[in-house]
Amino acid sequence: MLDTTRRVATPEGIELTLRLAGPVPRALAWSVDFLLRAALVLVVSMIASRFGRAGMGVVLIAAFFVEWLLPAWFEAMWGGQTPGKRLFHLAVLNDDGTPVRWPGALTRNLLRAADFLPFLYGVGLITMLMNRDFKRLGDLAAGTVVVYQAEKVAAARAIPQAPPQPPPLSLSPEEQRAVLDLAERSATFTRERFEELAEIPTPLVGRAVRDAAATRMLGIANYLAGK
Amino acid sequence: MKQAPFEASHAAEWEAFEKFLDKPQQAPFDPAEMPTRFRRLCQSLALAAERHYSADLVDRLNRLALRGHHALYANRRRESQQILDFMIAGFPRLVRDEWRLVLAATLLFFGPVLAMIVVLQAYPDFVHYLLEPRQISSFHEMYDPANRRVGMREADTNMMMFGFYIWNNVRIGFQTFAGGLLAGVGSAWFLASNGVIIGAVAGYLTQAGYSETFWSFVAGHSSLELLAIVLSGAAGFKLGMAVIAPGNRSRKAALMAAARPAVRIMYGAAIMFFAAAFVEAFWSPMTEAPFNIKIGVGVAGWVLLLAYFLFAGRARATR
Repeated sequence: MLDTTRRVATPEGIELTLRLAGPVPRALAWSVDFLLRAALVLVVSMIASRFGRAGMGVVLIAAFFVEWLLPAWFEAMWGGQTPGKRLFHLAVLNDDGTPVRWPGALTRNLLRAADFLPFLYGVGLITMLMNRDFKRLGDLAAGTVVVYQAEKVAAARAIPQAPPQPPPLSLSPEEQRAVLDLAERSATFTRERFEELAEIPTPLVGRAVRDAAATRMLGIANYLAGK
Repeated sequence: MKQAPFEASHAAEWEAFEKFLDKPQQAPFDPAEMPTRFRRLCQSLALAAERHYSADLVDRLNRLALRGHHALYANRRRESQQILDFMIAGFPRLVRDEWRLVLAATLLFFGPVLAMIVVLQAYPDFVHYLLEPRQISSFHEMYDPANRRVGMREADTNMMMFGFYIWNNVRIGFQTFAGGLLAGVGSAWFLASNGVIIGAVAGYLTQAGYSETFWSFVAGHSSLELLAIVLSGAAGFKLGMAVIAPGNRSRKAALMAAARPAVRIMYGAAIMFFAAAFVEAFWSPMTEAPFNIKIGVGVAGWVLLLAYFLFAGRARATR
């Protein structure tokens, strides 16, 4: 399958697939975080403005922590997510697929200063486009990746019922899988579109068209799934 | 085995595992069974992929296994709760380990500082190449002994300056560090340019006859703050060296290996910046203390800090 994924070997001897997040969702998440950070500093400064110059000092200290440490704190404590990342279903993980913790989170957040150069993450963007895993410099140094969060498992997609029938010729494992995928996805497009698609592989459906082709294709899928 | 019977025979087990991930307290099985069940799930995933079952099934199992992987491996905490040990022994030891980089950063920073101080004694007008007239006049105002404004500051001004020093100085330190990723050039630039400016201010004010007010103000925090900048630069060079000369690893692997000690040096440098900001905000502006005492405290700070970096943590150095 053609996708921006990263495969991670686990101690159990299997490979997990991480779905990597590219520059656009990450930029959007950053924008949300930036607005939240700005709002937070604004609230602090509104409260602190009653306390004159001492309040000004508190605002500057708050600005420092919000800018440098708050994102790292969120990533270390909140399953690799800042509020913006949570909104866009992103999360920071270590290269081995485990949740990021303090050392990694701090490293990647301190090095944002280098990624930000010359302005608005120019270096970070170029670096992201130059490696397979969309890592900015901070991610490279910290050994972290930003991925789409493993959401709750969606309900299984059922293959529509049809009388099972064996395929007229022997199918390779990849071909079997393509047939199964098509049958599982059939509910997501219109019946007419599915019929069109089912007509294409003539070695399987022969000269059957429309409904006959669709039924035949589903029948083969049901057979392959072992129903 | 075909896909449908495979799914049917394992569905209950997968569902139980997902329930466990959603609410570990109300798990349908004993939490101690989790690793065993996770391994069975991993086996199902491997089988499903190997047998080319449908993408949807493999995807579902992958997501479930990923969540299980997170749940199982999330709690390997060892690095925390060692802050005290780090400050007593780990940090100075780390700095000594990287003494070449620290030396390079020291030369790059203190070289310009001393050069500017010396040059400005002979050619005071040179300062106009380095500082703007507005800055020069504000320094005049701040340190002119006739004004004595320094030290007449009130408590709330101290608090404001404390905030400013943290916000500004630690940021400069972090930038100096992060600039190291650009093959060390950024760190070198921040070190040298800050050295030039600091040296210019010190040299100019000394030459202008404000040495007593100026040096008594900066003496107290100078050791912490200047060494913190130097260490930030050294940590940046650590990253830069990994990019320039990765040795017999890939640049990526070298960078990851260098980032750990570099960031640990930055923990220490950040603590030094905080301490420096505190001293600078609350001790340095006190004019009640006489000049000799303030200089004495400054010198003592340098001696203590250098002794700390040279000797602290040696007893436990045999790892």
